[in-house]
Amino acid sequence: MNGPAGLPGVLGHFSYFVTIFLLVAGLFIVIARGNLIKKLVGLGIFQTSVYLLYIAPGKLIGGTAPILSDAFKVYSNPIPHVLILTAIVVGVATLALGLALVVRIREAYGTIEEDDILLQETGPASAAD
Amino acid sequence: MSVATHLPALQVVLPLLAAPLTVLLRRPGLAFLVAVAASWCALAIALALAFQVHGSGVISYPIGNWPPPIGIEYRVDALSSAMLVLVAGIASVVLPFARGSIEREIPAPQHYLFYTMFLLCMTGLLGISITGDAFNIFVFLEISSLSTYVLIALGRDRRALVAAYQYLIMGTIGATFIVIAIGLLYLMTGTLNLADMGRRIAAVNGTRPVLAALAFLTVGVSLKLALFPLHQWLPNAYAYAPTAVSAFIAATATKVAVYVLLRFYFGVFGEAQVFGRLPMEQMMLALALAGMFVASTIAVFQTDLKRLFAYSSVGQIGYIVLGLSFDSATGLTASIVHLFNHGVTKGAIFMLLGIVVASIGGATLTRVHGLGRLMPWTSAGIVLAGLSLIGVPGTAGFVTKWYLVLAALEQGQWWLVFLIVASSLVSLMYVWRFVEVAYFREPRKDIVPAAVPRSMAVPTAVLLVAVVLFGLDTTFTVDPAIRAAEMLLGGAR
Repeated sequence: MNGPAGLPGVLGHFSYFVTIFLLVAGLFIVIARGNLIKKLVGLGIFQTSVYLLYIAPGKLIGGTAPILSDAFKVYSNPIPHVLILTAIVVGVATLALGLALVVRIREAYGTIEEDDILLQETGPASAAD
Repeated sequence: MSVATHLPALQVVLPLLAAPLTVLLRRPGLAFLVAVAASWCALAIALALAFQVHGSGVISYPIGNWPPPIGIEYRVDALSSAMLVLVAGIASVVLPFARGSIEREIPAPQHYLFYTMFLLCMTGLLGISITGDAFNIFVFLEISSLSTYVLIALGRDRRALVAAYQYLIMGTIGATFIVIAIGLLYLMTGTLNLADMGRRIAAVNGTRPVLAALAFLTVGVSLKLALFPLHQWLPNAYAYAPTAVSAFIAATATKVAVYVLLRFYFGVFGEAQVFGRLPMEQMMLALALAGMFVASTIAVFQTDLKRLFAYSSVGQIGYIVLGLSFDSATGLTASIVHLFNHGVTKGAIFMLLGIVVASIGGATLTRVHGLGRLMPWTSAGIVLAGLSLIGVPGTAGFVTKWYLVLAALEQGQWWLVFLIVASSLVSLMYVWRFVEVAYFREPRKDIVPAAVPRSMAVPTAVLLVAVVLFGLDTTFTVDPAIRAAEMLLGGAR
């Protein structure tokens, strides 16, 4: 099967392979790392992969923005770009909120390592009341 | 054009505009009034829309007068109007209650921001329910989720911060899965309008990207609705959030996630594709049963009442998914009815716990010794709502169990009937833990209950009345649910 640019197999689907790699790598970081900041970095990579998933198929090589003119015949689809603009804003807001929470967690616990926080909670502190 | 034609837009725009207004006002009292006014207006609009839908069928509202499927459409049908009434209704009960509750749980300088976040969360949930556009669902989902994270982090315990962070991670993974699903569907169908997507998907039924979209969507939404075993974020979030927040999100957020699932399963993918090509029924049945038993059993061993009832929520979500797994009109009716009944019941329970926290400073089992004597009305309320969780006749919970049992019998699955009854016994065990401590132990000498303002008691009583009312008279819950179930199955190919 040929890819979008007429390239065979793997090469033609290059963008999809990158997308899936970023997706899995990001998700892995979120799950495997105990550092709260690193988790957010993983989350960011994970979300970024989705931007690619949307934008890559919307782009035609040699295509322009949809301008009504005889000079242009091939158009890229603008909708995925617009959607992802929204998704990027959402991603930035999530990251900002996540970092703000990490700052507060660090103030409250003095650490940003998940294991240490867990240790503090299962320790004498949780026996309150 | 009169105002009436713009009601669908106003439904979302009103709370959305009220939110920044509360920031500008800054004074907690004024912010409170704005928030309550906005939520009551939203409820009025939701009710008006519900009557309109009941009278004259589906309302389609093109945003900015751009006709769908190119433009964004707000679409109100039997199911979405029911969700609008639930969200706006719970918000208009919880907000008046919240004032007294947050005074004791949140530092005063943050009060006005609480109302802002609450309104934004409500906007998001209303938006998800009303929109007919797939990407819009994601945007509104994130509006409601982001504000929920903030609301949870406002809790006075430092564990609230960790709970909010965990929910942020899980929630964002879930939301991103949903965007992936929407992206794949958009690639395959070339449209974002849900109704249009549902029509065009017939041409690509069963292709791998569509099935991948189905899988991503199912996992993503299951994270949001806390389907067992993806519920890890929920108990901490409910337990450490300010109680008014627990009451609102327990009653609405997971229910709206179920709505998203129903909307995509029956409106876009189509019943045949969801239940025909993948063993969805069996998977949902297994997870629902696991949730009903495991989560409810964990609930029995909790020492904090907020946590106990949070685990009970995971169990109750099992019932909703169980109804869905039958893939029949009766099963769907049970699910949709339980969205209402459980929303009202859990809302009432967390509000009652809010009163307990405000009065005696905490809701751990060791603190509520002898609560039946200290606060007879509140304890009786918790027991009443607990009976509804168990499904005792005369309460809202019974109606759901009744339809679930009917749906199981329809398919001749006797063993399921026994399991449903058995799971009620597990619910009885965790409700009994409260009863035992509250009624058969001596009150602690060091705890003197403080008076609770009437602004907290009255809204709670309203929800408790609803719990009994929906158990006795099912016109307001079952009839819309049957209409919604018929609409969902009728739209299936």
